[in-house]
Amino acid sequence: MSAWSDHLLVLPIVLPIAASGIMLLLDERRSGLKAAMSLATAAALLVVALALAAQVTDAPLIYRLGNWAAPYGIVLVADRLSVLMLLLTAVLGLFALVFAVARWDRAGPRFHALFLLLLMGVNGAFLTGDLFNLFVFFEVMLAASYGLVLHGSGEARIRAGLAYIAVNLIASLFFLVGVSLIYGTMGTLNMADLARRLSGPGSEDVVLVEAGCAVLGLAFLIKCSAWPLGFWLAPTYAAASAPAAAVLAILSKVGVYVVVRLSLLLFGAGVSEGFGQGWLFAVGLATVAYGTLGILGVRDVMRAAAYAVMISSGTVLGALGTGNRAALSGALFYLVGSTLAAAALFLLGEILQRGRDPAAASLAVFADEYRDPFDDEGATETGRVIPAASAIAGGAFLLCTLMLAGLPPLAGFIGKLAMFSGLAAGAMPGSAWAFIFLLTVSSLGTLVPLVRLGILGFWVPHDDPDPVIGPLEFTALAGLLGICLGLSLWGGTGLAYTDRAVEGLSNAAGYIHAVLGEGTP
Amino acid sequence: MELVLSLGIGVLAASGVWLLLRPRTFQAILGLSLLTYAVNLFIFAMGRLKVGAAPVLASGTDAAGIADPVPQALVLTALVISFALTALFLVVLLAARGVTGSDHVDGQEPGRREQGLGKSGR
Repeated sequence: MSAWSDHLLVLPIVLPIAASGIMLLLDERRSGLKAAMSLATAAALLVVALALAAQVTDAPLIYRLGNWAAPYGIVLVADRLSVLMLLLTAVLGLFALVFAVARWDRAGPRFHALFLLLLMGVNGAFLTGDLFNLFVFFEVMLAASYGLVLHGSGEARIRAGLAYIAVNLIASLFFLVGVSLIYGTMGTLNMADLARRLSGPGSEDVVLVEAGCAVLGLAFLIKCSAWPLGFWLAPTYAAASAPAAAVLAILSKVGVYVVVRLSLLLFGAGVSEGFGQGWLFAVGLATVAYGTLGILGVRDVMRAAAYAVMISSGTVLGALGTGNRAALSGALFYLVGSTLAAAALFLLGEILQRGRDPAAASLAVFADEYRDPFDDEGATETGRVIPAASAIAGGAFLLCTLMLAGLPPLAGFIGKLAMFSGLAAGAMPGSAWAFIFLLTVSSLGTLVPLVRLGILGFWVPHDDPDPVIGPLEFTALAGLLGICLGLSLWGGTGLAYTDRAVEGLSNAAGYIHAVLGEGTP
Repeated sequence: MELVLSLGIGVLAASGVWLLLRPRTFQAILGLSLLTYAVNLFIFAMGRLKVGAAPVLASGTDAAGIADPVPQALVLTALVISFALTALFLVVLLAARGVTGSDHVDGQEPGRREQGLGKSGR
């Protein structure tokens, strides 16, 4: 604990909260300074995540706050999956922010502070090693997301935000009930300590712990919008402003991440081995089915992207439920690609709908601090138009469609193929066939409405003005989709990384040993 | 004491759920507050009930004679967070009332809904 690189692990939490704290002190009119600060912070987060990715090995990196020993002190733990998610958050945050700086950050007060707080909560949830800090980071992330959903104001956002906040407050209550049940029976909230105690001989308390974990799981399943707990997602994400929706795409993945980590850590082996696996499989399948039906009925791009977020969460839950490691690795690879593509689709949807529905932003509640983002067209650099904006938007739309539907040659296909081949390598029970069948149908079900939206948006002649893409917005889209292309080109490297990540997740003993230190089994 | 506490938690939670399922936003926020109280009491009870025991380990006291401090710390955190979020929810609720002109959770009176749907053709 002396070299500066040892403290790298705490930076993804400290950097954004420090920056957003400073920003709260600055006057709202200094938007240029705030934008520069938050862009610099997001870029620094990306650098930190890359440095962590270079550091991480089979043994997870541990950071003990205040150097207190593990079951009593607070620990941050970064294994390969955490680092992968940190990297995904950093990339998504940076490009959503670049997109927002073009115009959306001026649509309401304190956008940058909320945005960085959201990144801090998400990073904390990926890093924390105990359940109660997970709750605190969840709440930070949710509180910031409430503000971001309402960003830009307008009736649609307020109505969607009301339902979103109510549902998530109830989810938080489930979270608390689960956490306290687990504490009441096991006497610890440290994940590694819990896993160690659950790997020992069973007692009658195990039933209560399992009940606690089930209630806890309910909270996470609401968060990752699993069917039937996820009806809030599509209206909320479709109503949110584009950069907020793009970064909210990572929020539902936090729920998925926690479910994956806790099921493999606590129920990978020991007294309650395989607890909840069947339920996760069924819920994952139902989510994919519901998302596919939902996307088939959409009329606008934002809502299609929201259902795509749901399908990708459901896919990972289903793959986790099969209990097949290779399938889970493929699903995690698919999760990274599909999250980036869904975020790009949110941004693209806003560009396409721009100017078609001017009434949406007309009702300002915070009139004193509110400015129409489309008012100052000439005043900002967005007046400069990249030629052939339609062609760029069309190409980006094509890439998003291919990624989300999982068609060759892009990374979505690689992820799905890895899942299928992982399942086919083992014994093939009926459930595996059902999973493969459903994923194939959902590919088709994603393709059809997106192609229809593409035809309506780009080929059918209409009176609406052509889309205008400013240079910053182009950078954001190109960045997100460029990484999707990179994932497709270096798919082998990516899959090898997720393979090792799943191996690390399944090795509960290694995790326990790393967190609790020497002298533990 | 256990019986009284569990009955109290049960009544609070049941009233909270009932209010939450009502159609007005004010009822929803009261329901959420009651549910929060129930959950906070539940967290507190998970540290086992003890009378007249401080959660501080002074020198010479037996560890069995003190109350578990962790649930008390947890409940404090949960209280602060839920209080802040209830206040935030209240602001959104007022904004929704101001924008939509209705305190229904859907932002529309049930009767008007069909008219609105018919007009927009959806």
